[in-house]
Amino acid sequence: MTVGAIYALVALGFTLIYNSSDVANFAQGEFVMLGGMVTFFGYAAGLPLFVAAVLAIVVAAVVGLLLYRLAIEPARRASPVTLIIITIGASIFIRGVTAIVLDKNFHSLPSFFGNEPFVIGGATLLPQSLVVMFGVSLVLIALWLFMSRTLRGKSLLATAANRTAAQLTGINTRAVTSTAFVISAAIGAIGGVLATPITLTYYDAGTLLALKGFAAAVLGGMGNPLGAVVGGLVLGLLEQFSAGYLSSQYKDAVAFIVILLVLFTMPQGLFGAKSVERV
Amino acid sequence: MLAVSNLTSRYGRIEVLHGISLEVRTGEVVTLVGSNGAGKSTLLRAISGVQPVSSGSIMFDEQAIGKWRPHVRVAKGIAQVPEGRQIFTPLTVDENLRLGGITRRDDGVSADLAEMYAMFPALGEFRNKTAGTLSGGQQQMLAIGRALMARPKLLLLDEPSMGLAPVLVEQIFTTIGMLKARGLTILLVEQNANAALAIADRGYVIETGRIVTTGTGKELLSDERVRNAYLGL
Ligand SMILES: Nc1ncnc2c1ncn2[C@@H]1O[C@H](COP(=O)(O)OP(=O)(O)O)[C@@H](O)[C@H]1O
Ligand SMILES: [Mg+2]
Repeated sequence: MTVGAIYALVALGFTLIYNSSDVANFAQGEFVMLGGMVTFFGYAAGLPLFVAAVLAIVVAAVVGLLLYRLAIEPARRASPVTLIIITIGASIFIRGVTAIVLDKNFHSLPSFFGNEPFVIGGATLLPQSLVVMFGVSLVLIALWLFMSRTLRGKSLLATAANRTAAQLTGINTRAVTSTAFVISAAIGAIGGVLATPITLTYYDAGTLLALKGFAAAVLGGMGNPLGAVVGGLVLGLLEQFSAGYLSSQYKDAVAFIVILLVLFTMPQGLFGAKSVERV
Repeated sequence: MLAVSNLTSRYGRIEVLHGISLEVRTGEVVTLVGSNGAGKSTLLRAISGVQPVSSGSIMFDEQAIGKWRPHVRVAKGIAQVPEGRQIFTPLTVDENLRLGGITRRDDGVSADLAEMYAMFPALGEFRNKTAGTLSGGQQQMLAIGRALMARPKLLLLDEPSMGLAPVLVEQIFTTIGMLKARGLTILLVEQNANAALAIADRGYVIETGRIVTTGTGKELLSDERVRNAYLGL
């Protein structure tokens, strides 16, 4: 469930960017990595954990903004494949810089509320798992409020629905897309902060996460935020089952099998009808 | 108010506007008629800044606006009702209208919203429904309402009567007449040349990216060539 919740956040960030700019952002996992890594180094340097986490989220958000302004926006008219390659290039760059500026080791963070497991209705739970689920829920609620209650959120939805019409209506679509990248990056980083006490992190952790987030987004039906969240949770569960019944070595293959199965059998994903609506 | 001169525009390597010049003065309703593919929408898109211009100039209120981004043009007073309505179908009617006022810095947005609902009662009735569920005529009203929410000085209308039943077409032209009576400056693109020329102060005829004739609405209505080509007479 914990992993699934993180995949859900990655998929959600992926979907946000995809909807507002039609870019399939394969650098999405780097935001999660940055969230964990920067928090660790901030904490190791003596910052309180919370402050280090906020710093990490801000760093990731700035990286997200730069990714859009420096790499994506100048190539707006390029083909989708070119844009994907740009995001992959950017992810390699972010990884490289992280390895050089920080380091190449695995790191963990202390659990926010200790490591003493407790029992609810027969199941043992780590406090950090609860933190992850609570944190992910908070992010989802905040995002939902932003989308449904603010004009800025509406302008993001409008841009996703029809970019040209949004421009003709007076929406600053470049600012809107920047916002989407910033929110997306922040969401990813929050995922990284929450998960690192359980999963560890290192400079190369984003690669697999991006692919799994993508798998989750495909599973939920590209472009559908709710689908992305459900897709992430389902993928997490599938992985856990396969690790339990087969071998944990095959766990990572699950995501790829899911991508292939979904693309072959139901290209619209689990929530197909909704994703068609975008067109 | 608006002066376009020698404007050229292309899609890729294919030039579709070959040096368009036209003018819209304050308070005027000017119509641009021409057959399908003549370049009418391309011209309006260029004026709004969502279509690249290769040469020529666009002046609005004595300022060259060619380099302004689309949302700035809306904020400065140019709103467009695009061809095919292009409303935000997943959003509600109310949200569509509110977004129309997104560039506004004054506090009259709520009052204008109420006015839109008064002007188009059907929109008021469906204000919390998603816009995609509206009928074609209602969607057109919504598209017009959304543009008006920006409180434009100049309204660009791209074939507002397209695909609508005759009674709704009449309603659209009544609305345009009312906006004209209020003093709004309008550039109206229509294939329904008869009705458009009847309501317009002046008109231009565009053929394959060039302006071929211009005159008052009356003159064009009685022009032999225009009658043959666009009025089916
Ligand atoms: N997106 C596009 N890509 C390529 N050519 C286009 C595009 N849109 C329009 N055109 C071409 O530009 C010309 C003018 O089109 P348009 O401005 O839509 O005409 P109108 O609005 O008068 O019907 C036409 O020949 C059309 O085929
Ligand atoms: Mg047209």
